[in-house]
Amino acid sequence: MLERRARYLSLEEGGFALLLAATAFMCLIIAGKTFDQVLAFHASLISLAAAVGTFYIFRRYFDGDNEPIPQEVDGKPNYNMAPIEFATWASVFWGIAGFLVGLVIALQLAYPVLNFDLPWTSFGRLRPLHTSAVIFAFGGNVLIATSMYVVQRTCRARMPGRILPWAVVLGYNLFIVVAGTGYLLGVTQSKEYAEPEWYADLLLTVVWVFYLFLFLGTLWKRKEPHIYVANWFYLAFIVTIAVLHIFNNASLPVSIFSSKSYIVWAGVQDAMVQWWYGHNAVGFFLTAGFLAIMYYFIPKRADRPVYSYRLSIVHFWALIFIYIWAGPHHLHYTSLPQWASTLGMTFSIILWMPSWGGMINGLMTLSGAWDKLRTDPVLRMMVVSVAFYGMSTFEGPVMSIRAVNSLSHYTDWTIGHVHAGALGWVGYISFGALYCLVPWLYNKKDVYSLKLVNWHFWVSTLGIVLYICAMWVSGIMQGLMWRAYDSLGFLEYSFIETVDAMHPFYVMRALGGGLFLLGALIMVYNLYMTARHGEAAEARVAQPDGQLAPAE
Amino acid sequence: MAEHKKEIDKLSGVETTGHEWDGLKELNNPLPKWWLYLFYATIVWSVGYWVLMPSWPLVSDYTSGLLGHSQRANVHREFEAAMSERAETGNQLMEASLEEIRSTPELLEFALASGGAAFADNCAPCHGTGATGFEGYPNLQDDVWIWGGSMDDILQTISYGVRSEHPDTRFGEMLAFGRDEILNDDEISAVANYVAAELAGTEPEDGADLDTGATVYMDNCAACHGDEGLGSKELGAPNLTAPNYLYGNTVEAIEAQVNNPRHGVMPPWIDRLGETTVKSLAVYVHSLGGGQ
Repeated sequence: MLERRARYLSLEEGGFALLLAATAFMCLIIAGKTFDQVLAFHASLISLAAAVGTFYIFRRYFDGDNEPIPQEVDGKPNYNMAPIEFATWASVFWGIAGFLVGLVIALQLAYPVLNFDLPWTSFGRLRPLHTSAVIFAFGGNVLIATSMYVVQRTCRARMPGRILPWAVVLGYNLFIVVAGTGYLLGVTQSKEYAEPEWYADLLLTVVWVFYLFLFLGTLWKRKEPHIYVANWFYLAFIVTIAVLHIFNNASLPVSIFSSKSYIVWAGVQDAMVQWWYGHNAVGFFLTAGFLAIMYYFIPKRADRPVYSYRLSIVHFWALIFIYIWAGPHHLHYTSLPQWASTLGMTFSIILWMPSWGGMINGLMTLSGAWDKLRTDPVLRMMVVSVAFYGMSTFEGPVMSIRAVNSLSHYTDWTIGHVHAGALGWVGYISFGALYCLVPWLYNKKDVYSLKLVNWHFWVSTLGIVLYICAMWVSGIMQGLMWRAYDSLGFLEYSFIETVDAMHPFYVMRALGGGLFLLGALIMVYNLYMTARHGEAAEARVAQPDGQLAPAE
Repeated sequence: MAEHKKEIDKLSGVETTGHEWDGLKELNNPLPKWWLYLFYATIVWSVGYWVLMPSWPLVSDYTSGLLGHSQRANVHREFEAAMSERAETGNQLMEASLEEIRSTPELLEFALASGGAAFADNCAPCHGTGATGFEGYPNLQDDVWIWGGSMDDILQTISYGVRSEHPDTRFGEMLAFGRDEILNDDEISAVANYVAAELAGTEPEDGADLDTGATVYMDNCAACHGDEGLGSKELGAPNLTAPNYLYGNTVEAIEAQVNNPRHGVMPPWIDRLGETTVKSLAVYVHSLGGGQ
């Protein structure tokens, strides 16, 4: 107790302490001076988080607990797993929250009385809460958790920094809380999938730069001569999302004491930037990022080599080059010039095969191991995920064709398409990854109950099928009703008649969503039991090189 | 692990690239042929599309394509075609009197189709898809017409609205007898009971002073609603003996209306929908069953 230990604050810790203290101070001033209640709440929240962060850095300093972290333990890399555990459980939490809100708004569409006539629970506020919760909170945490795990293991190097990984994980989740509560309180810049206002965007920008540094730093420290394909996809995801986020959110706040800002782009340029962002959020967040997950977790779980290295190179570069052009297909038949619309459409068609390259590599990796689909529901989930990926990336180019789009646009068909990708592809590959990751993180042999994984698989598959079939029928019906004319050239149906006709499909969709949520709840129980009561992994057969991840 | 150790995968017989990461290896399979050729095919198709259609931006212009296709020109053409197709019957409709429209099957069919479509998208939100109305929104199927149910009356109401911003709007407002302290609470209660019992035919409250109510009615209400309570279409004063009250015909509802009346607004449609459509709407609404 009396022994004096050397006190030492690393440059990283000092830098973070300074940044956090400055943030806490500045946010406190903003919270004190603003008349904007939501901004006051958010500034207080960020200020408090920054202050707590500063406190933790200094507490360690005064405790003198600052031995440099060993990069290796017993000749094996000393992987940093604690932030991954946090992000994993955060993704589980946000996933359930996001699916639940999705179910609520699906029910609201079928039964509007469920809006409860309250501003906070109205569809307009809950819808962005749902999309952001599932894409950015659930998907984002899955991406952060898996990328940190994959990049460390495939580089055989510990992530750099003591604070940096936590700054990424905690900072990102703070952004989620600020964004989500903002939606409920009515703060939005009304850009789809980019609703958070300027101060939340700023927070995310800083966190994202940390994320980029962290990822590049790990690659820099790598002990392997080559960079594994999953890491190319993760890096493409991180870099492109940074660029997209900054350009699409370029806005001027009314004042630093106001939550309201105005976007710098105007008119059709704003629409173009928005959908350049929107489509590439799909392309780089929901496709490239999750392809990275596929490239690690499927070969790992199937215990087979990746099917084709050459295909992975060609489809990677083709995918990232071509995706970035496809945005204008969201703006067919608008004030966007026809030439831009044509380019967007043709590049969407060219994108078909580069997208399918990932599907081929995922599915063909199982050649020689197809029998495992029968016995391993986790692998089955991931393979079905790839099948949904293939289906959605065929449906997408078809829907981008102007003639098809004139029927499908603004209808439920789009919602069905998005959910085939979201529930089927993103959801299933994430669940598969979580079923692998949790046992690995907690040194368990396997997931607690494969039987429950099987239940999760079938319950949610039924849910997805109900969902997308309901939306296909509803969407095509809606599109056809909108364009139906009578013999004298007058519209056959009024808008309200089309809404009325969609009601049964809305009920079916909500049922499908409910089943998907039920499946996810089964997963939560299973993952919790895995972490708490799973059978300890003594002989890790799943890790051919015999490396154990030492606990933090 | 870092060295290149190319090996043959036992299951597939394919060589690996010799790299390994965390136990993961890669096979050196070639690109699937069908994949590559479909990829080329989409590129060729797209290049062909670019040649034919407007596609690439230039400095101040864009490549307009060999087909000279313009979706903007197309939509204008289609719009013009649809308009000219309708113009003939539309013009006849404009010339014809409302009575003539009713007696000419061709015009009537056109007017009902046009009016029905316009009703569903513009009127149904307030009056209901079946035109049976809601509280505060008149039922157009019944015989009760606040501003008159003849074709001309209906046309007038649709065109310029009620209490709208249009200079030719129909206008009529009931005095706020309670709010403006013209009548006291007892008088309002008495007159509401009188209207309920004697005119609306609904249940008055127990022990209501109907005599006082009658006096108050004659002194304050009869000027507009008439001695018999039959109302006045010129003033927009509702018929109080009619079964459907816009805001309800219980004593409570009548009291509320006498105390501080609600006045709904009907927008003017003439500038928004145009004369032909408004005329069609009048024919359609008149045909719903309640027309006079």
